Amino acid sequence: MFGKLTLDAIPFHEPILLFTFAAVALGGLVVVAGLTYFRKWGYLWTEWLTSVDHKKIGVMYITVAIVMLLRGFADAIMMRSQQALATGGAAGYLPPEHYDQIFTAHGTIMIIFMAMPFMIGLMNIAVPLQIGARDVAFPFLNSLSFWLFVSGVILINLSLFVGEFGRTGWVAYPPLSGIAYSPGVGVDYYIWALQLSGIGTTLTGINFLVTVFKMRAPGMKLMQMPIFTWTCTFANILIAASFPILTAALGLLTLDRYLDFHFFTNEAGGNAMMYINLFWAWGHPEVYILVLPAFGVFSEVISTFTGKRLFGYAAMVWASAAITVLGFVVWLHHFFTMGSGANVNAFFGIATMIISIPTGVKLFNWLFTMYRGRLRFTTPVLWTIGFMVTFSIGGMTGVLLAVPGADFVLHNSLFLIAHFHNTIIGGAVFGYLAGFVFWFPKAFGFTLNEKWGKAAFWFWCSGFYVAFMPLYVLGFMGMTRRLNHTDNPEWTPWLYVAFVGAVLILCGILCQLIQLYVSIRDRKQNLDLTGDPWNGHTLEWSTSSPPPFYNFAQLPTVHDIDSFTDMKEKGIAYQRPEKYTAIHMPKNTSAGVFMGGFATVMGFALIWHIWWLAAVGLLGLFASLLSRAFDNDVDYYVQPDEIERIETAHLAHIKQA
Amino acid sequence: MSTDVMNDPHDSVHKHEHEDGHDDHGHNDSGPTTVFGFWLYLMTDCILFASVFATYAVLMTATAGSVSGKDIFELDYVLVETFALLFSSITYGFAMIAGQKGSKGGVINWLIVTFIFGAIFIGMEINEFHHLIVEGYGPSTSAFLSAFFALVGMHGLHVTAGLIWMIIMILQVSRQGLTPQVNTRLTCLSLFWHFLDIVWICVFTVVYLLGTL
Repeated sequence: MFGKLTLDAIPFHEPILLFTFAAVALGGLVVVAGLTYFRKWGYLWTEWLTSVDHKKIGVMYITVAIVMLLRGFADAIMMRSQQALATGGAAGYLPPEHYDQIFTAHGTIMIIFMAMPFMIGLMNIAVPLQIGARDVAFPFLNSLSFWLFVSGVILINLSLFVGEFGRTGWVAYPPLSGIAYSPGVGVDYYIWALQLSGIGTTLTGINFLVTVFKMRAPGMKLMQMPIFTWTCTFANILIAASFPILTAALGLLTLDRYLDFHFFTNEAGGNAMMYINLFWAWGHPEVYILVLPAFGVFSEVISTFTGKRLFGYAAMVWASAAITVLGFVVWLHHFFTMGSGANVNAFFGIATMIISIPTGVKLFNWLFTMYRGRLRFTTPVLWTIGFMVTFSIGGMTGVLLAVPGADFVLHNSLFLIAHFHNTIIGGAVFGYLAGFVFWFPKAFGFTLNEKWGKAAFWFWCSGFYVAFMPLYVLGFMGMTRRLNHTDNPEWTPWLYVAFVGAVLILCGILCQLIQLYVSIRDRKQNLDLTGDPWNGHTLEWSTSSPPPFYNFAQLPTVHDIDSFTDMKEKGIAYQRPEKYTAIHMPKNTSAGVFMGGFATVMGFALIWHIWWLAAVGLLGLFASLLSRAFDNDVDYYVQPDEIERIETAHLAHIKQA
Repeated sequence: MSTDVMNDPHDSVHKHEHEDGHDDHGHNDSGPTTVFGFWLYLMTDCILFASVFATYAVLMTATAGSVSGKDIFELDYVLVETFALLFSSITYGFAMIAGQKGSKGGVINWLIVTFIFGAIFIGMEINEFHHLIVEGYGPSTSAFLSAFFALVGMHGLHVTAGLIWMIIMILQVSRQGLTPQVNTRLTCLSLFWHFLDIVWICVFTVVYLLGTL
């Protein structure tokens, strides 16, 4: 009846997990009680959960991403404290089977459930506004993507309290992840959480590609799209081209585990390296999916706050294009040690090094943009400068690792860990945090507190160096990754320092939470009345903050890359059109929520081999899709008088400011 | 897949907004946009197939002492199966022509013919799988057979999904008529159906023809 699911699946004997569960349950209870007390359930349902508005979906993505950042960071600080305690022969406080789940969950969460939704959230908020569109091409599909992602989030968090998570590392290499060596449900949680959210991501990629190619404002040529939109477009091309490979790899692993196929097993001719190739043929483009939009954020930030046009716009676009193409021909550098021979390794090593050239082009473009600009040292600018220094170091250690000979020594050592945290934190995460501060007023109508934002930056940046520079050293000293306990006294001081770094980053995160609290408390003093708090260059700043649900009362006509600057210079910004016309908009729908819900049920049932429930989930999914397909009442017209009312209020605000 | 289509945008209010001739600004989900989006989806599906093809190519010699393609494939049988699918593509084309002429009955009839050919293809494939498993050559036997069942089976699942979609479209055409929205969906299914035909030609070549060499 319940497949493999019994009461034993609930970890009563793990005090850490019980405590976490109690905390989560208490937190959940407070939220539920709050929503009930303030009678906000209806508001939450009609205004947010069922919304197909790209701005609200973006906010929901980032909200989930921040929650998952806290979860992933909790895993990180547990690992750092375990390694600091369990050095010199001590056992530490985390037994190996628990520790293995923590590092697996940390990697999976930070990449798939923190970085990806943060990036997709920023893209949702900014891209349609930047190209002067009223929504994405397929608003319902956007909602569905979000809810499929949420079902992945639910599954991965459920694994904490019901059953276990994988102990394989976030890459889940077979044969370890095969049924013979991982007979529990941990790898199944991993598979279904990634599979469901990955399908959502593929749909997002398609959706945004259609959006930028078909829905740009009148006059906007491709080479006039804002640079963030361009980098997101390249990320979406990478998504569309690489996520299906992940879908395939996970699908084949599923067949191995569920139906006794032999793709990646040790017996019957299976070949585990095939999985590793497929995984990284997705996995390497994935890191560019994460970092390209961050490059876009930095470009927007640096040109806005220097008050200058971005230096080398065309070079920036082509550098992104080059990175997109090269990102697909370097995957083998993740396993030079496979033994594919000197020629193959040389090809992939050289291809990897070549990527540093377009990246270097970008770096110089940012520097030249700053040159002779009047740089305003706001929080987003601090993140950008911090990134430029930090990412350069990460890039250089990457080039070092691209030398196959050096890689044979450093493969799977802490040097590698330091390198990719150097690029992902110093590149992608700094970029998202800059974008968060930059576009926050656009999404919510007030700016964030600068003092706490700057404090957060300094803690994060210094914490990053203190936490990860020792890992470079430890890598050179021969320490490999994923060690539960060690007994080399020479490593001990470095592990202590790394732990201090993690604590500094914790202070940074706390500063950000305080920043949010203080900013919301003082929002009346920091209102963004004009919709253009930073003297911005691109179209998202031409509408109010937060924008009306239809984004633009009249679609702007674009003549320049910095189209809003162009309008301000010509004195035609904030112009009232002669008359307002009705706007065609999609209606909200609960179909996405239901489909995400049924997908969660199906995933959970498949994990626990509860076949009847899986069938219920699949049928529910299909029925929701069908009811949506037969529903013709999906859109409406916003009437001119309503638009006029909203726009008049906004124009009055501008006069007031 | 095509459920995100919304009502036709080409009404008077909409046209007035866009004197510059760009369609769908500030709007979403018009026919050409949906077809473009669906075409992009097909490209992602193409990469999904490419990944499994690559896996098959790597594992096709990994027979683990059991049978290879030469021992189990019956080309005559598969050729009949192939022609059933190819014919279904032609008949789908006739359905689209009937749609262009505005003949609702013609569309429904040709969709039914297409469905029958598709169902013959799937029936023959299930029969082939059944025979192989009964004879002891199931997917658990070797990596080669795992890859064979996964690749051919994945194509079969796609065709099955197409058949279910076809039933839905027959219902929609008969209930709603050839509205612009229904026509857009018919176009998407048409793309899907021909795409699966092309994939099958690759399967036929790579799996069956090369396998029996």
